[in-house]
Amino acid sequence: MTTQAEHRMPTAVPPDDPTALLPASEPIRFLNDDGGAAPGDAHGRYQRPPTELLRRAYRAMVVGRRFDAQATALTKQGRLAVYPSSRGQEACEIGAVLALRDTDWLFPTYRDTMALVSRGIDPVEALTLLRGSWHCGYDPIATRTAPQCTPLATHAPHAVGLAYAATRRGEDTVALAVVGDGGTSEGDFHEAMNFAAVFHAPVVFLVQNNGFAISVPLSRQTAAPSLAHKGVGYGVRGERVDGNDPVAVMAVLIDAVESARAGGGPVLVEAHTYRVEPHTNADDDARYRGHDEVEAWKRRDPIARLEAHLRAGGDLTDDDVTAAREAGEAFAADVRTRLAAEPTGDPADLFAHVYAEPTPQLREQARWLAEELDAGEAR
Amino acid sequence: MTLTMGKALNAALRDALREDDSVVVFGEDVGALGGVFRVTDGLTAEFGEQRCFDTPLAESGIVGLAIGMAMNGFRPVVEMQFDAFAYPAFEQLASHVAKMRNRTRGAVGLPMVIRVPYAGGIGGVEHHSDSSEAYYVQTPGLKVVTPATVADAYSLLREAIADPDPVVFMEAKKLYWSKDETALPVRTAPFGTAEVRREGADATLLAYGPTVPVALEAAAAAVDDGGRELEVVDLRTLVPFDDDTVAASVRKTGRCVVVAEAAGFASVSAEIAARVQERCFHSLWAPVLRVTGWDIPYPPPVLERYHLPGVDRVLDTVDRLQWDDAPDPRFLTAGSA
Repeated sequence: MTTQAEHRMPTAVPPDDPTALLPASEPIRFLNDDGGAAPGDAHGRYQRPPTELLRRAYRAMVVGRRFDAQATALTKQGRLAVYPSSRGQEACEIGAVLALRDTDWLFPTYRDTMALVSRGIDPVEALTLLRGSWHCGYDPIATRTAPQCTPLATHAPHAVGLAYAATRRGEDTVALAVVGDGGTSEGDFHEAMNFAAVFHAPVVFLVQNNGFAISVPLSRQTAAPSLAHKGVGYGVRGERVDGNDPVAVMAVLIDAVESARAGGGPVLVEAHTYRVEPHTNADDDARYRGHDEVEAWKRRDPIARLEAHLRAGGDLTDDDVTAAREAGEAFAADVRTRLAAEPTGDPADLFAHVYAEPTPQLREQARWLAEELDAGEAR
Repeated sequence: MTLTMGKALNAALRDALREDDSVVVFGEDVGALGGVFRVTDGLTAEFGEQRCFDTPLAESGIVGLAIGMAMNGFRPVVEMQFDAFAYPAFEQLASHVAKMRNRTRGAVGLPMVIRVPYAGGIGGVEHHSDSSEAYYVQTPGLKVVTPATVADAYSLLREAIADPDPVVFMEAKKLYWSKDETALPVRTAPFGTAEVRREGADATLLAYGPTVPVALEAAAAAVDDGGRELEVVDLRTLVPFDDDTVAASVRKTGRCVVVAEAAGFASVSAEIAARVQERCFHSLWAPVLRVTGWDIPYPPPVLERYHLPGVDRVLDTVDRLQWDDAPDPRFLTAGSA
């Protein structure tokens, strides 16, 4: 038998200098609001991602935005029950996906459908939840993507468990848990951060601070200097990044994911971004914020900034831009066509997946419903 | 050999850890201390901190961690320490543990066990004696199991750990020290099987967990008391529920009393009474009655003996089963609050 000492849990060692856990004094930026170079060393110690990756990101962002607009339009036609737009947050959505390997896990919220389709999940399967035809339409194991989570931050401890389990299995899998600014107020966010640090789990927490939890602004959410500062209380390194600067988001997330993979423990990344659309199609955002504020943020558009940056370096041509837009149109057309049909559901599914084997009570209820349906057809 | 229920549970965990590398045990104080009730005693020493470990003090985090580990190949067995301490984890249980298989249409099952020491009778102070089973039973997707005998404690816990679905395993605290002659390992009946613990022809007592010994004592006393032969059925698992055994017993005896510790209103005992009424109406000579705790927050220890259903209350209730065709006026009060 092995001794107890050989079985010690991996434990984080607090750094000698706690300030090493603190984020940079300003959000990390590579680009200014127009897509030109940010001044001085605003990008800190981070490396600009390879150009080819930025080109991929550009295309994915354009397609993602077109998809997002299509999904919003489908709510107006009644094809989707609800859709929470992530327009304006493309850098975070795509950054989260491109920072991960296929073997890594994404733990998304309900707002991260753009990230799901960018990960390669079939858009109809990705929209199953919001269409109301089932709760989760894709296979989480096959896609390495947890079901979209509506309760806030409750998926964060799952990411910790999955990542910790991966280390126990000798895999170098990283889990990336996406949370909103409102989610950082939840107890589960605290418990997940604390567990991740104590178990030294390879988890990256990405907080998309988009300014509002439905209608409540950040000032009502926290009194912390920044959300990234919360990391120090747990022994987790925090970083903040301009969430509308795709170069910076990807640089910071890639660094965080690879640091976690290399055994550096969890990282908290706060991306400062903005939700330019209402909370969902059912929300009236004029009640809680001004038009000027929204317009000001639109001028910091992540796609325009990346386009300007890549064009300036000669890394993006008119043809590339056209091709990205055409890819977006084709993607949207496909979604539109495939969602034109009424969603159907098999009533037998109601009882099929409650337990691995239905209980006698569920078998009885399934028979009852089947009889009801047969009688209905006979009438 | 003579064994306590606590030791049987400990043996079940030990054997499961030994036989299956994917089993892990964690929670608060389950490591060096061996759990506040010593159910995990010696597991860290034998299997190491990778297999049985202490976590930060956070129930939601414990269950959340278990979900992630179960998604990635492990079979976690977590301890909630005390019934009322599990409430912070309720959202994880209700929103995720119970629903993961369903929401993913079978793609992700969560083989995990949440051990909840529950119920009273041990002089515990506030928040240490709740009967919380109704919350779990009302949540589809969870199996809810509560052993009343030493052999069942071992067998049902082994089955819970091997089950592909999440199981809330409710351990009646006052039974931890109950003893029986039991040779381990032992396999008793599977989930969804109630057990007739005592045969009788005159009325059926339906009990589970902490009230099974109460019902058996009442049945023994009833023979001397009024010469009545009471049948005692131990439900063993609340989900899945064994309607067949219960209905067969009540059809045989024609009278039924449900005995449970939890408050009666909107409870597991209420559900059982309804099920019996639905299935056995034409066999019943009296309404199905219930003996439960009062509809109050769990009382302080000096008062708990007035709250917990005891032998006298069970026998009083049996007396009201219309043996002489006269309904008990207590159950006919119109408009009473």
